[in-house]
Amino acid sequence: MNILDIITWFVYLLSSVMFVMGLHYMNSPKTARTGNRVSAAGMVIAVAMAFIHLFATGFNSSLAIILLVLGILIGSAAGVYSARKVKMTDMPQLVSVFNTVGGGAAALVALNDILTSEGTPTLVVLITAGLGVVIGSITFTGSLIAAGKLQGISMIKNLKLPAKAVWNVLFALLTVLSLVMLCLNPGNRPLWAILTAIFALGYGLVFVIPIGGADMPVVISVLNACTGTAVAMNGLAIDNVALIVAGALVGAAGATLSVLMAQAMNRPLLSVLAGGFGGSSASTSQDQGTQGTMKETTPDDVAVQLVYADKVIFVPGFGLAQAQAQRELADLGELLKGRGVEVSYAIHPVAGRMPGHMNVLLAEANVPYEELIDLDDINPQFPSANVALVVGANDVTNPAARRPGTAVSGMPILDVDKAQHVVVLKRGRGKGYAGIENELYFNPNTQMLFNDAKVSLQAIIASVKELIA
Amino acid sequence: MNSVVIAITLFILALLIGVEVIGKVPATLHTPLMSGANSIHGIVIVGVVIIAAEAHSPLSYVLILLAAVLGAMNVVGGYVVTDRMLEMFKSSKPDKGKGKASQDEQASAVTTETAKNQGADK
Repeated sequence: MNILDIITWFVYLLSSVMFVMGLHYMNSPKTARTGNRVSAAGMVIAVAMAFIHLFATGFNSSLAIILLVLGILIGSAAGVYSARKVKMTDMPQLVSVFNTVGGGAAALVALNDILTSEGTPTLVVLITAGLGVVIGSITFTGSLIAAGKLQGISMIKNLKLPAKAVWNVLFALLTVLSLVMLCLNPGNRPLWAILTAIFALGYGLVFVIPIGGADMPVVISVLNACTGTAVAMNGLAIDNVALIVAGALVGAAGATLSVLMAQAMNRPLLSVLAGGFGGSSASTSQDQGTQGTMKETTPDDVAVQLVYADKVIFVPGFGLAQAQAQRELADLGELLKGRGVEVSYAIHPVAGRMPGHMNVLLAEANVPYEELIDLDDINPQFPSANVALVVGANDVTNPAARRPGTAVSGMPILDVDKAQHVVVLKRGRGKGYAGIENELYFNPNTQMLFNDAKVSLQAIIASVKELIA
Repeated sequence: MNSVVIAITLFILALLIGVEVIGKVPATLHTPLMSGANSIHGIVIVGVVIIAAEAHSPLSYVLILLAAVLGAMNVVGGYVVTDRMLEMFKSSKPDKGKGKASQDEQASAVTTETAKNQGADK
């Protein structure tokens, strides 16, 4: 190691430390933004050092450097453009797209290590770079399909894969086989490396296509972990501390979040990934004992209940995001608070389209984060609430989860049914994702308002304003 | 002891740190966390710079150009969008840093953010 290599090593170590600090600062909304900037600064330092090292030690071809800089400029412009344009409701798709390109980049770097090295690469490089190719390629196609499903592109949503298990096993076997051949037979490595990449790309497709749209958040998180691991494998192949540490951090983050999400949905992670009941939406509808009638109400009645309440809890769900009605809900909250009503928002861990998505949407609508209350803290408050207003949330409020034998059994739910009055804003009479009736809707203290959440909320706001005036 | 052994040790220790740090992040911030972690794996761009030093064939030129575009999009887009999200998280209590922060971003603000900045003044 010469002096430059030692400096480079420590600079990479510094940026690794900054990534850890950045993630650590994410433990509170007060410091999270600083955390993201510390992490970004770490990234800038690492890239700058890589360039300094490049120019100090020399390079083979100026064309390669020109292409490198050109590529970085194009990619940055595309990244900034999409990051600024995206609507907050479309955030899961964008994260998935960024994951797609990250996985693609990792696979390409690994492929380059194998294909263009002078002489035969060592076994360690073949194994780690080979794994980089495999994992990066799986993430590339997998995240692309996930983004397409979340965006609701019907061509991708309607893709069916008959005999999915056969395809999964087939592509997994072919991928592993080519990787093994690559390691055993490095003389023929262009062939085996390309085959490995092709089969892994195929595996990414057959892995994600059968998984239902509502399970995509978990899939994104798993694929995010995969990209991290692919990057760490690249780090092992080219012996770079920054890639190893950053990749491992992301791998750990993705894995931890996937497990947390699967727990919040009360389903084993493996069953989500195997495309369990997510594939067919209404397969498990054997509702027993949810007889009775739903009582309908009007926006005027709801307004009266809300205005004369002391304490109101809003329960936003996927339907709110779908109807893009977060701002209306926040406006209603402001109006009620102006009347002295205590307003809080109950946030289920899997409300929205990815974990914490509802918090982002309501933050966008300018709701202070102190009013957004987690499941464990809000549940004891429902009995003292005069009105619980459910906006587009379904399965996470179903009291059937408390007893065994239903599709939602054991899932942590919001105790909405314990509020004195419940008003449910719902688009139609359809069932939730779990495919069963929500017993909450048939409770004597529950009233239903069927319409698009945005339309209903606007009507309620108008009535509230009339009442107050 | 060769460097591979050390590298694997680093990998495992970093995994443990990751699990420990991520476990402490509240559910409120899981979306920005996911997006922020997503941008960290854009570190692969450093790998692209390193392989560019040794590039000498048309194949590697193509691989480098593609990898640079994809990696840069990942890292730059990821940090920008995470910052945009976190900027919106506001406390109901007055926060002295807030006014300045929202001014920084105003130049770049998209239309949806205008309403929010008005609200922040209340």
